[in-house]
Amino acid sequence: MSVLVYTESEEGKFKKTAFEVASYAKGVAEMLGTEVTAVSFNAQSAGDLGKYGVSKVLKVNNEKLQKFNAKAYADAIKQAAEKEGSKVIILSQSANAKYLAPLLAVQLEAGYASNVVALPEGTEPLQVKRTAFTNKAFNFTKLSTDVKIIGLSKNAFGLKESQTETSEEDFSPSLAEGDFNVNVVSVDKAADKVTIADAEIVVSGGRGMKGPENWGMLEELAETLGAATACSKPVSDMGWRPHSEHVGQTGKPVAANLYIAVGISGAIQHLAGVSASKTKVVINNDPDAPFFKAADYGVVGDAFEIVPKLTEKLKEFKASNS
Amino acid sequence: MKILVCISHVPDTTSKINFSEGDTKFDTAGVQFVINPNDEFGLTRAMWFKEKQGATVDVVNVGGTETEPTLRKALAIGADTAIRVNTPATDGVYVAKQIAKVAKDGDYDLIIAGRESIDYNGGMVPGMVAGLIGANFVNTCIGLEVEGNEATAVREIDGGKETLKASLPLVVGAQKGIVQESDLKIPNMRGIMQARKKPLNVVEPVEAGTHSEAVKFEKPQPKGDIKLVDADNLDELVNLLHNEAKVI
Ligand SMILES: Cc1cc2nc3c(=O)[nH]c(=O)nc-3n(C[C@H](O)[C@H](O)[C@H](O)COP(=O)(O)OP(=O)(O)OC[C@H]3O[C@@H](n4cnc5c(N)ncnc54)[C@H](O)[C@@H]3O)c2cc1C
Ligand SMILES: Nc1ncnc2c1ncn2[C@@H]1O[C@H](COP(=O)(O)O)[C@@H](O)[C@H]1O
Repeated sequence: MSVLVYTESEEGKFKKTAFEVASYAKGVAEMLGTEVTAVSFNAQSAGDLGKYGVSKVLKVNNEKLQKFNAKAYADAIKQAAEKEGSKVIILSQSANAKYLAPLLAVQLEAGYASNVVALPEGTEPLQVKRTAFTNKAFNFTKLSTDVKIIGLSKNAFGLKESQTETSEEDFSPSLAEGDFNVNVVSVDKAADKVTIADAEIVVSGGRGMKGPENWGMLEELAETLGAATACSKPVSDMGWRPHSEHVGQTGKPVAANLYIAVGISGAIQHLAGVSASKTKVVINNDPDAPFFKAADYGVVGDAFEIVPKLTEKLKEFKASNS
Repeated sequence: MKILVCISHVPDTTSKINFSEGDTKFDTAGVQFVINPNDEFGLTRAMWFKEKQGATVDVVNVGGTETEPTLRKALAIGADTAIRVNTPATDGVYVAKQIAKVAKDGDYDLIIAGRESIDYNGGMVPGMVAGLIGANFVNTCIGLEVEGNEATAVREIDGGKETLKASLPLVVGAQKGIVQESDLKIPNMRGIMQARKKPLNVVEPVEAGTHSEAVKFEKPQPKGDIKLVDADNLDELVNLLHNEAKVI
């Protein structure tokens, strides 16, 4: 009957999102009067999962699952849910979790609510609040199935500690040959770059940056803050920056703690995609730029002067706070 | 190669979003509808398969008569046949079951849908279609080549990309990158004229249940006033971010 949570790891270590979904699952489990079971893939141990309310970890250790495989992972999670008799399954909204969720939903004939931003409003029936219209609105969705899957938006719930005694159990799902029909042949991933998906802070540049040669100052600002870099759509369309950095309604959504927009006007499509960020700062030399209506803090002025100065101030701040 | 492109009919990205009937219905008054942007990228990729590899391209929408102009636009861009499943798109799994039926009946090799629709943002229809018909599936697809029965797809992952191989039939959830923005096809006069004569077949839905119901909507709280910081006083910005917003 426990609430099942898929806790993602990389190279054996749990990702921050794993603790966030665990925290949320604990909240749901309390509403349902039950406990949280995590399913992990090739992770070393229960790690910090107990700190965030996980009572039991089903550890899948399988050479064939070393690389993420949506179908095989979905199959394994399905078997874990069946074994535990779980009626609610919770996962993050990482690219991988979003990839496997609909496959899992079909296998379990489960209702699936994606982009959920808060604890359920009620459990009988289960009703959740989620974003829709690319952050231009919220929508309350009722799931009517026996088994339900909730995809929790990043940074929507945060980490909540709830120290719990955790037991570990090896779990060997039986995987079918058909689970491995889609095969990864190569991965191309920058090793030491903060990704938009994981970042707590995002530094984003628009057409006001004038050209790709000026991105150095944004990268330095980002590095100072441990932030990811992002950009507006025209910037990626013109090839100044890679498409993977395009944020907004038709690009990536950004749900960071801090979003710094430099030389971005604040078109409706851009704002839609970044509005889930908690604090927004705009730097723009046009005081009438629409972004000033959507941000928490603003500086009117030339980015080319402000950004290097701000980086310097932040470096001083870091130095005096460490 | 037979390709089916799933077309979601969505409000234009500039639309203001409002609700009616006590915030239970999306208010379509004054809203312009377009092909879902992710689907438009997928449709253009399908047109290249048609031009270079002789594929046939059908498009499908699950919806009422109001979606027909959107399907006609897809025909004007170059699709051969449009199929409209005559029923409101009530939820993700319901739509997926309708598309799965069309996909089975038409024996398609490749089904291209969007990574997500920009209205409901479900991000579930393509994966569910794949699951329902037992086809292979690649999501967040930013590159796709097909040779014989073998597809090579590039998938965007958090922080990079990976290349995958899978045999047909295959379903992909497409997004920008599968073709570039500058590659998007805008229908020309000839395309629009031809589209009028192309078949738009209306088929009745199969019996299927739903799993979820959108019971009400809410608009985000209006933003409080912005605090402006002088460009010569950036210490103040650092101070606000640290002590007030508590984000650094
Ligand atoms: C279907 C569709 C989907 C779209 N989806 C997206 C999306 O997902 N994401 C997205 O970002 N856009 C999207 N757009 C594009 C969007 O409408 C805007 O065109 C785009 O966001 C503008 O980008 P920008 O702010 O970088 O450029 P501009 O609008 O050109 O703004 C540049 C800004 O820089 C400022 N500036 C100039 N020089 C300086 C300086 N020296 N210092 C400081 N500031 C300076 C200017 O005052 C201006 O405000 C979409 C458009 C369409 C039609
Ligand atoms: N009513 C519909 N008719 C046809 N295709 C759809 C419909 N709804 C969704 N799709 C397809 O599924 C993709 C993802 O939609 P969603 O799961 O709603 O985010 C869309 O980009 C379309 O390709």
